[in-house]
Amino acid sequence: MGGPSLLTQVAALARRSTVRTMRQPAVIISALLFPMMFFSINASGLDAASKIPGFPTDSYLDFAFAFPLIQASLFGAVTAGADLARDIESGFFDRLSLTPMRPVALLGGMLAGVVALGLLQGVVFLTIGLLMGVNISSGVGGMFVIVLLTVLVALGFGGIGAILAIRTGSVEAVESAFPLFFVVIFLSSINLPRNLIEQDWFRFVATINPISYLVEGIRSLVITGWDPQALALGFGFALAIVVVAIGGAAASLRTRVV
Amino acid sequence: MGQERGIEVEGLVREFKKGPRAVDGIDLRVEPGEVYGFLGPNGAGKSTTVLMLTTLLPPSGGTATVAGYDIVHEGPQVRASIGAALQEAALDPFLTGREHLHLQAALHGLSRKERRRRGQELLERVGLEEAADRKVRGYSGGMKRRLDLALALVHSPRILFLDEPTTGLDPQSRSALWAEVSRLAREDGVTVFLTTQYLEEADVLADRVGIIDRGKIVAEDTPEALKAEIGRPSVEATPAGTSDRDAVASVLGQFGEEIPAQPGAVAVRLTGGAAGLADVVRALDREDVRVANLRLDEPSLDDVFLEKTGRSLEGAAEDGEMEEAQ
Amino acid sequence: MGGFFQVAGAVAGRQVYKYFTNPAFLAPALFPLFFFVAFAGGLTRVGDVPGFDYAAGYIAFQYVWALLQAVSMGGAFTGFSIAGDFENGFARRLMLAASNRYGIILGYTIASLVRATMTGTLVTVFALITGMPIIGGFDFFGLISLAVLANIAATLFGAGVAMMLRTQQAGPVIRTPIFLVLFLAPVFVPLSLLTGWLETAARLNPFTAILEAARSFLAGDPTNVLAAFTTSAILILVLALWAVYGLRRAERAG
Repeated sequence: MGGPSLLTQVAALARRSTVRTMRQPAVIISALLFPMMFFSINASGLDAASKIPGFPTDSYLDFAFAFPLIQASLFGAVTAGADLARDIESGFFDRLSLTPMRPVALLGGMLAGVVALGLLQGVVFLTIGLLMGVNISSGVGGMFVIVLLTVLVALGFGGIGAILAIRTGSVEAVESAFPLFFVVIFLSSINLPRNLIEQDWFRFVATINPISYLVEGIRSLVITGWDPQALALGFGFALAIVVVAIGGAAASLRTRVV
Repeated sequence: MGQERGIEVEGLVREFKKGPRAVDGIDLRVEPGEVYGFLGPNGAGKSTTVLMLTTLLPPSGGTATVAGYDIVHEGPQVRASIGAALQEAALDPFLTGREHLHLQAALHGLSRKERRRRGQELLERVGLEEAADRKVRGYSGGMKRRLDLALALVHSPRILFLDEPTTGLDPQSRSALWAEVSRLAREDGVTVFLTTQYLEEADVLADRVGIIDRGKIVAEDTPEALKAEIGRPSVEATPAGTSDRDAVASVLGQFGEEIPAQPGAVAVRLTGGAAGLADVVRALDREDVRVANLRLDEPSLDDVFLEKTGRSLEGAAEDGEMEEAQ
Repeated sequence: MGGFFQVAGAVAGRQVYKYFTNPAFLAPALFPLFFFVAFAGGLTRVGDVPGFDYAAGYIAFQYVWALLQAVSMGGAFTGFSIAGDFENGFARRLMLAASNRYGIILGYTIASLVRATMTGTLVTVFALITGMPIIGGFDFFGLISLAVLANIAATLFGAGVAMMLRTQQAGPVIRTPIFLVLFLAPVFVPLSLLTGWLETAARLNPFTAILEAARSFLAGDPTNVLAAFTTSAILILVLALWAVYGLRRAERAG
């Protein structure tokens, strides 16, 4: 009884992940609405910050545009992680384990769902951002790169969500990690450029926080245009997170399946 | 090698970090094509045994082969040979019944055309064609169990594990499931390993029954042989009037020891077997003792359990404290 | 009236006991503390924006918001506790036993105040440790009064929702309005530096008056105090009626 190809398995599980997400309109609406709401409030509330001497742009809206993209990726990852944990908790994972399914296919399917949602979020936020008046300095080409980087970030966070789900097998544990991720996002250059952070300890944390480089990569495409260094760092860190997180998730899977 | 072998278990043990052994050295053998009933109260070790035999839980000791493959070293081959409907009807509430079957079939490597055909066939077999395109969230408990069974059969396994398949179902759904399991065994020759806490289920479905309590097998044989081992039927008489009770008790007491009975009635275990009933009737008539009702009860598997463990199966279900956690 | 206070005392006592036997009772302080760290730590340069002239400095500016956030969230989260009590059947027994059911609302409010004292102290100590200066002439009593009133208002809101819905579904229904009220306000800069739609929203938000007055108390320069206390009083009155309405719905449901 030969097993089906890995691609067939991933495709079947990816289809399932996507279908079940699409069938939860509340999840999709939250995933799109909350980051946008936060962005509007943040951008408007901190508009005056663009008047700080040395601020890199006149428009705080442009400056902050990376925020909803990063936050949304996080949200998507936690949701996907919770779904995977639910599969483990409910026994659905066991059911799938009894088939010739290779465990990594389940991971692949879950991450495919994360990528799909990340893509949707990237496109929707870009559209809304443009309508709100965000000016993308790098033009149409830059918009594609923004979406690409967003998808990569989503994939990386998704991997982290998967590790949590596989190791804890608990929906509650995965969801309670959300505030922690939220904190990590804020302890970065998401609200102000690093050189304008006055408190030394905060600036230090922001400097060693990989999220800062993801944010700065996206931001550079919006306010600067094509900044090779910022893009290299952004993509570099995004890819590093992807590799470490997905590798970690695959390794964790091995301990869960007999 | 695999096709004609059943299940062979030797000294299987499962320990958890806290508490006593969930499975404490069991030996059993299920022949191909047989329906084996694994009967015991909650916490006896039934589900833990099934989890080990289906390779979802590693044993702490002992060995077992399923379809001729070792459960520890040949996991993928075991999994390819078996189907399992486990205790939680583990289904995705957002997918339809048909989508579940297609997913399962895809993971088993069936072609797109085969998935459609097999899915439709199984939906008809378990009576879910009308609900096939509704999300599982809207299914009743009975429907979920039927889908569970269909999913276990997608790849036409030779050995089927059913872990308490009718717990919580209404009588109609239960009968329907029993009919399908019987058909699978008798017509398709599928080997069925069934766990249950219902005496009737084991009695009706199983060719042989293994009774498990506190991780150990306390008895194993056909239901008839097990009951015959206990041997003695009982007779219960309901006196015509309350004033007749003592007289009834006195007559019945000549034919065996008194045992618990319905309120107001008298029951004894017949020392002389079922044939003693005629003597009881003659004695009541001779003494002119009137009874409103007279009933002969054959021994049940509960009596077998009581004999072997000192507890009734129903009572033991309330005592069961052991966690059958993964 | 003996029944009213007796009932309130019993409910408050039980609730406070629950708090102290479960360390999670300080949870409402976590998000405010986190935001305080993020904003007071990362955004101090916002204090350099022309027109930003808060005498006590940016850390103090954020501390007041964090404090009001902590006591408001704690108050509203009492609703989760009440919803839980309905789900596990305790609330029904409580309503049957209570000689005066309004006392139930008071009881939960008192307990919420006790918790707010703990969480408020935690936030304050934290802010002091991070170097928040204490301005001479600051009005501690004024600041605390507003915090207390904010807590009471939030508790009454949460209680009303919880008694209406009587399940954990009350969670999102409580969280979302509280989140909006706390954020559609001068969070990062004073009202005078807000522009656009957020300025409009903040001006319409009753919480803004309370927040700005509280900040002015801390800076030792009380401003618009009457507006703040009047707003608080009206909020409490309206939300008390809301809570009573919720209680009536719960009674009718049996």
